Amino acid sequence: MTLDILYFAWVRERVGLSQEAYQTSAATVADLIAELVARDAGYAAAFADVSAICVAVDQELGDLTTPLADCREVAFFPPMTGG
Amino acid sequence: MSVRVQEAAFDVAAEMGAFQSAVSRSGAVVSFTGLVRDDTGTLEYMFIEHYPGMTEAALQKFADQATEKFGLEKALVIHRHGRLQPGEAIMMVATAAGHRKDAFAGADYLMDYLKSRAPFWKKEVSKGGANWVAAKDQDEAALAAWSLESAPQER
Repeated sequence: MTLDILYFAWVRERVGLSQEAYQTSAATVADLIAELVARDAGYAAAFADVSAICVAVDQELGDLTTPLADCREVAFFPPMTGG
Repeated sequence: MSVRVQEAAFDVAAEMGAFQSAVSRSGAVVSFTGLVRDDTGTLEYMFIEHYPGMTEAALQKFADQATEKFGLEKALVIHRHGRLQPGEAIMMVATAAGHRKDAFAGADYLMDYLKSRAPFWKKEVSKGGANWVAAKDQDEAALAAWSLESAPQER
């Protein structure tokens, strides 16, 4: 499947992209992160501490175990700081 | 329930006037306005990034939840993004309810969710450099307190 992956805040800065289309067969968020980390040092730096990363799958907050079947958009970002 | 995410500045007084005049059965209106703070006197500006689409949906969900939980007649959330100067208003919430306790609690609940569960990120840019504002443990604790509350209360 092809996913749109979005990156925000310091995750975006470390990866060096705000958005990309990515071909994957990853079953879960954790699988997807493992694939991304293997790509290059920017991804490895962004995901060095997964406990510091939040994820949204199709714009709903998820976690490392969230399945990616039939999903179209995954976003990675730091803990949110609105208000 | 009205939710707006915008780059442009807003006029708190005008928003409150419009909010109040659209209320018909409430005896209490509460508002909160968040400003760009400059603790060290060195802040040049604050940059606020968000997740278009998810942000609006999340704020709408929190406004709907607050409305149901506290029996609000009306709720308003405005949150800005982009570049903001020290002292500028970042965001505001307003709530209207029959009595003040529900109006205050509704605004407090909205703020707690907005701070930690709406996809906004703040970056402080000062002469010495730039850094992303870290989330605070106390913000998570505030959220946990709401979910620990006894299930639907009678009101």
